[in-house]
Amino acid sequence: MMEQQTSVKAMTAHELTQLLFAQEELFILDVRNTSDYEAWQIEGHRVVSMNIPYFDLLDGVEAVLEKIPVKQKVLVVCAKEGSSIFVAEMLAEAGFTDVSYLQGGMKAWSEHLEPVKVGDLRDGGAIYQFVRIGKGCLSYMIVSGGEAAVVDTLRMTDVYEAFAAKHQWTIKHTIDTHLHADHISGGKKLADRLDASYWLPEKDAEEVTYSYRKLEEGQEIQVGATKIAILPIYSPGHTIGSTSLIVDDTYFLTGDSLFVASIGRPDLAGKAEDWVGDLHNTLYNRYKELPEHLVVLPAHFGNYTELGPMGTVSARLGDLYRNNPGLTIADESEFRHIVTHHLPPQPNAYQEIRQVNMGKLKPSEEEQQEMEVGPNRCAIHDK
Amino acid sequence: MSAQPNFTADKTLDCKGLACPMPVVRTKKAMEEMLPGQVMEVKATDKGSMADLKSWANNTGHEFLGTIQEGEVFKHFLRKASTHEVKEETNFLQTISNEELQKRLEANEKLTLIDVREPAEYAFHRIPVAISIPLGVLGQRLDELQLDDDIYIICRSGKRSDMACQLLAEKGFTKITNVVPGMSGWNGPAEKQ
Repeated sequence: MMEQQTSVKAMTAHELTQLLFAQEELFILDVRNTSDYEAWQIEGHRVVSMNIPYFDLLDGVEAVLEKIPVKQKVLVVCAKEGSSIFVAEMLAEAGFTDVSYLQGGMKAWSEHLEPVKVGDLRDGGAIYQFVRIGKGCLSYMIVSGGEAAVVDTLRMTDVYEAFAAKHQWTIKHTIDTHLHADHISGGKKLADRLDASYWLPEKDAEEVTYSYRKLEEGQEIQVGATKIAILPIYSPGHTIGSTSLIVDDTYFLTGDSLFVASIGRPDLAGKAEDWVGDLHNTLYNRYKELPEHLVVLPAHFGNYTELGPMGTVSARLGDLYRNNPGLTIADESEFRHIVTHHLPPQPNAYQEIRQVNMGKLKPSEEEQQEMEVGPNRCAIHDK
Repeated sequence: MSAQPNFTADKTLDCKGLACPMPVVRTKKAMEEMLPGQVMEVKATDKGSMADLKSWANNTGHEFLGTIQEGEVFKHFLRKASTHEVKEETNFLQTISNEELQKRLEANEKLTLIDVREPAEYAFHRIPVAISIPLGVLGQRLDELQLDDDIYIICRSGKRSDMACQLLAEKGFTKITNVVPGMSGWNGPAEKQ
């Protein structure tokens, strides 16, 4: 087994997240095999990363020493952590003084959720964004008067539970804006654990095997005694049931319909041609009628450049109509062409993930981790 | 592949329960003690071991033959490379390209195709009509062949099949052809056990 005593430092996923949020300099030596690295890697504003598989370093690190900056903070990364410790120790022996390894490797990185406060709501309420930085998933907790609602809950439900418990909030609702295809939802699981209500759009729920409450346009969901309103807006396109949420007249949770730097793809639950018209109508008519001051909070980001200074991902709706390449296509036929002809590869195991989210498949924890490997690729501009 | 293998390796290395990087570290060490051309079986439970051993083998010139999964255990088969295999020199004059052989197979020509690689190599990747007679036992199995059969011999890279051609020619076989380069460049129909 791996030697447990080690001279190099462990960096936790939380510490790495804070470092990336602060846009600090970091050199990453990723020692996974090259195909894994090319498919998915850690990125940041001031991150330089290099891939040398650990099995090319079995005879020592001498050959690569000159490629690694001596005075910089160096982080060695692998799939789980064993190989990164192995390589980090060789670097430390070779004289590098600031070498760490990523604790739990890319597996831990993929599952890490970092809660960041987005802003206050009326009467002491607040909204938090849970950033799954390794995979680009965003979920939300809306709190008011000791109650909480979680939107687009991820599989790691213990994080939301612990966060709510720490603040003595009771989670009353979990809401999915649509049936997800890129990650396994924790919404139903968390609701069942805490005896809360699970909400899902009916049109995305035709095949689900469990009970849920229908998320319907115009039917407000209340959080807390001061009644923070969550107002659903039907916004099909990414899926036929996709529904967005306006929170407290200020925040606009767009699910996978609209992102900060891109728009949702219409092909993960069917054919792009079938839903591209709905998507166009949602983005160019329905959303356009809404107030420009709304702060868009999407369910994904595609690139680290979308992370704001504090780590949050958000933008004014009015600004997106000027800057977002998916919202500035004048001609509908051109929109149709771009959306149906320039789609990135589909996310890993997306069909199985949809089956899991319908309750039809019940994979083990380990199988769930494997299904979610890699980037989310929910936007049309993702690579 | 998930069935019981009907071939054996020259050496078996047990890496069950070991986490990355140990399966590759152990394999590398064990490979150093093997002879060129020998086949090693590596038993591992780490799921990453397959991609990593495959990449490691590609980078180091060894041949990753394939994996058999039995429950939680992955049995990886690797063949140690020999330096002379990298650059092949064939001596037997009668040769045929992979593409030409493929054409003749598609035309259903009456021919005998003999694969002289090790059983483990044959098990993971072979031409459906090929008969497995490893080079090492070819001399003892000549009675399975007729002297005037139209015989094509294939291996991975053309080297072992070249030796097999010479052996058959010495024994009086008249229509012998070496397939060059062989399975390493085969793009036609193939199957595995």
